[in-house]
Amino acid sequence: MIQSCQNETSINFKRYYVNGKGLYEKNCQNCHGSDGKGLGTLYPPLTDSSYLNLNRNKLACIIRNGQTGTVRVNNIAYDGIMPGNQTLADIDIAQVIVYITNSFGNKQDFYDSEFAKNDLVNCK
Amino acid sequence: MKKVVLVALASLIFQSCVNTSERKLPILGEREPVEKTVDGKLLIDTIYQTVPAFSYFNQDSIPVTNKDFDNKIYVTDFFFTSCNTICPIMHRNMLNVYTKFKGNPKVKFLSHTIDIKYDLPSKLKSYASKLGIEGNQWEFVHGSRDSIFGIAAKSYLVSAFEDSADPQGLVHQGWFILVDTKKQLRGAYDGTKNDQVNQLMKDMELLLKEEFGSEK
Repeated sequence: MIQSCQNETSINFKRYYVNGKGLYEKNCQNCHGSDGKGLGTLYPPLTDSSYLNLNRNKLACIIRNGQTGTVRVNNIAYDGIMPGNQTLADIDIAQVIVYITNSFGNKQDFYDSEFAKNDLVNCK
Repeated sequence: MKKVVLVALASLIFQSCVNTSERKLPILGEREPVEKTVDGKLLIDTIYQTVPAFSYFNQDSIPVTNKDFDNKIYVTDFFFTSCNTICPIMHRNMLNVYTKFKGNPKVKFLSHTIDIKYDLPSKLKSYASKLGIEGNQWEFVHGSRDSIFGIAAKSYLVSAFEDSADPQGLVHQGWFILVDTKKQLRGAYDGTKNDQVNQLMKDMELLLKEEFGSEK
């Protein structure tokens, strides 16, 4: 019973991760790079696990609505404008989050479309 | 007869050696034949397309002209700072080329913004700094609408134009154009493709050797 549950989560995780990779390449990679290292101080890297962890519940809103103002990543300030993406559905955003938070040296928990839906309600 | 064959064979071998070891970059663009008389003999020469005089303002609000590129080879492209499609990929790649030739007084880089309204020199300065560029080996320039779009299409053969149907209002190609000391076009490389950017770096060394007798 436990075994099968684990397997289902694991399959789901892989499904999200693979789809998330495709969505990342299409929507995020130009600026953040195939290695997630960003570009100079123009575009922040996605390699700061503690930033991603601390802001885990805000990631969905950032992806959908973009972000302005200064952010500190790996203790470096970035003040560019990140454009939002209104065309991504809740599940797409969850898949991108699973990919980003489990690539580039990050390793975080599974995040499904229900999490994204709940987080998106609280966007400011 | 044997001798003739031998000579022919020898010249063939010689020819092939020359071709492989001394690959020369082509000269691109328009060309026209002109007749001229040298020592009483009529000769046909070819005039190649060259980049005409230009004058822009760079990221330090200092005028930059074609004279700043005299006796240098340079790589040029068209971009804008708020572009989030091909520009970040182009400049991630251009940064690699810049890093390879950084400090070489015979090599310069010239990026023209096509966002005339927004990308004023102060904006270009902030962009250059964030990319990690200091000094003026890599010039980010702002010019009038006509001069920038005109030189793109006519002189560097790069398509760039304003298009209200595009989400960002500007459309342009991602070519890196290699220009020699005579202001002739010597190569065009897709700045979004790693293999073409690697070829550009090889071709720059080849051009430096042709122009200055040394790859460095």
